[in-house]
Amino acid sequence: MVHQFDLDHGTTRELNHALHEFSGSDEAAAWQIRNANGLHNLAVGIDAPLVVDIEGHVGYYCAGMNKYARVTVHGNAGPGVAENMMSGIVRVTGSASQYAGATAHGGLLIIEGNASSRCGISMKGVDIVVHGSVGHMSAFMAQTGRLVVCGDAGDALGDSLYEARLYVRGNVAGLGADCVEKVMKDKHKYEVEGLLREAGVTGVDAAEFRRFGSARKLYNFNVDNADAY
Amino acid sequence: MPTKRRKGKHVDSAELHSRLRESATFPRSVIAEIQRAARTGIYDIRGFGAKRSVPTFDDLLFLGASMSRYPLEGYRERCDTSVTLGTRYAKKPIELKIPITVAGMSFGALSAPAKEALGRGATIAGTSTTTGDGGMTEEERGHSKILVYQLLPSRYGMNPDDLRRADAIEVVVGQGAKPGGGGMLLGQKISDRVAAMRDLPTGIDQRSACRHPDWTGPDDLKIKIQELREITEWEKPIYIKIGAARTYYDTALAVKAGADVIVLDGMQGGTAATQDVFIEHVGIPTLPALRQAVEALQELDMHRKVQLIVSGGIRTGADVAKALAMGADAVSIGVAAMIALGDNSPDLEDEYNRLGSSAGYYDDWHEGRDPTGISTQDDDLSGRFDPELGGRRLANYLRVLTLETQTLARANGKSHVHNLEPEDLVALTIEAAAMAKVPLAGTDWIPGHGKF
Repeated sequence: MVHQFDLDHGTTRELNHALHEFSGSDEAAAWQIRNANGLHNLAVGIDAPLVVDIEGHVGYYCAGMNKYARVTVHGNAGPGVAENMMSGIVRVTGSASQYAGATAHGGLLIIEGNASSRCGISMKGVDIVVHGSVGHMSAFMAQTGRLVVCGDAGDALGDSLYEARLYVRGNVAGLGADCVEKVMKDKHKYEVEGLLREAGVTGVDAAEFRRFGSARKLYNFNVDNADAY
Repeated sequence: MPTKRRKGKHVDSAELHSRLRESATFPRSVIAEIQRAARTGIYDIRGFGAKRSVPTFDDLLFLGASMSRYPLEGYRERCDTSVTLGTRYAKKPIELKIPITVAGMSFGALSAPAKEALGRGATIAGTSTTTGDGGMTEEERGHSKILVYQLLPSRYGMNPDDLRRADAIEVVVGQGAKPGGGGMLLGQKISDRVAAMRDLPTGIDQRSACRHPDWTGPDDLKIKIQELREITEWEKPIYIKIGAARTYYDTALAVKAGADVIVLDGMQGGTAATQDVFIEHVGIPTLPALRQAVEALQELDMHRKVQLIVSGGIRTGADVAKALAMGADAVSIGVAAMIALGDNSPDLEDEYNRLGSSAGYYDDWHEGRDPTGISTQDDDLSGRFDPELGGRRLANYLRVLTLETQTLARANGKSHVHNLEPEDLVALTIEAAAMAKVPLAGTDWIPGHGKF
């Protein structure tokens, strides 16, 4: 049985409350949500392995702090999609606005279009796969997790990066402070292959990606790096 | 008196200094800082709050009762101190027995037993304590009956389970010690446990961002707050904490963004580790900021509907009572709570000396070598700290603050501490009169309003 919810006839509050009724359960209930119409905060705080399909574009913070659920947005997503996600899978069939996957601790975020600036900002363990390109300052202060960009990356990629691993297939407009290109070893190709497979990316060779990571020069204060702080 | 040998003859030190003239522009403390900077090449980072002198609640006095106002009998006639926070939107507002809360201090900046002591003390006294930039620990949740969970730019340890088990959520926009500044926890305090909670490698300097990663202004903060409410089923009061800067407008914007409670932190507010130049030169004192916040709330008809908590230099019941009289609903203590736990105790003078400091001056909280075991992650040092004793000491201190506040409220004839009002106050200095908008003592003059 697929639960149906039409946002033309119900509110965001009613929807989220209904989804939270499953909190803590193992039930992989399916939900189809219609007429998203750019509403904010849809399907936030889910704590169950639900399968949620949202028809239409969504506003801010869709699937924020998600745990276990598989949420698919059939459209574009506004700022902060899957922010602070803990686990599960969030997929956007269109493009995503700023700070997609911000501070997310786990799970997989898939953007089938492009992602705007600050994609993966301060990410803390999430995996993010973008079929298209990402904007400037992506993976800013990214701590752990992996960002895979099949297209190009904007300016200041990975600024003040910690231990997150970044893979970009296309052009990188510029690297941020303390972000450097690193050797793409076999284990990294396997890692990219696995992530592409999980994200449903086909026809792309993992060998085409370049790897970026932290030079770790800003890890402990050194006055000779003062211009980078 | 120690003597110094100079050009072959003994010189009396007191006599010497009575002849020498120290520069007001370059006193010894400034010379020491210039030479420290020249030696190290690093700006001074420290804990504590502003050390400069600013107009404070000490510059105000209560009038007390007189012919036209009668006082309440101490210990006999009731003077209520309860506070309810979060009545605007939250389904489950917070009830405090006293109008004094414990401010956010992180596990990381503080040791686990020190955080536990804050929870124990606050709980005994019937008030709340607050997490910090490092997530929620089990010790803290377990020992705090009422726990406020901070949402900070770094989002270290942020997760929906802790949001749901918090009693309130505080969105931290700024801090009085450093409005516009981020956090810093030096590598020596990043133990394995702190590192794991923050998803960072052990031993590296941890730089917290100064801006939130997923909103930039009051319009999208409003949406962010709605998200937090949705995740927690609209149960929890949502606070917005601001550092005292453009307080009138910041307060109005916090109301617009949907706050249940506004926490206003003046420039005297403490910090675990910030550049000295930031602590001393950014932000405005608690006194004028409080007045501006109350004015903004009153103009929006939100005074007492959106509750106001004020922090930054609260030390005594007199500070508490004056803050309430100016319109705050409650106050918050941070540095004073640490001192109640034992920070800067003269009993440890020898140990402070070994760190190149002295009791009453120690502010290198970021270095993690605190002999009291409070601002450290060193197991040997934090093992010295007894969280049960610390909790009792904090509870005692909170009770004294409350009794002092009640004493002053009764003296002004008030049966609830919230009935204190600006009309009960006068100022000792023109500066304080102007900032607090209460008349200079013995006059009806408020600078900027009417003639002397």
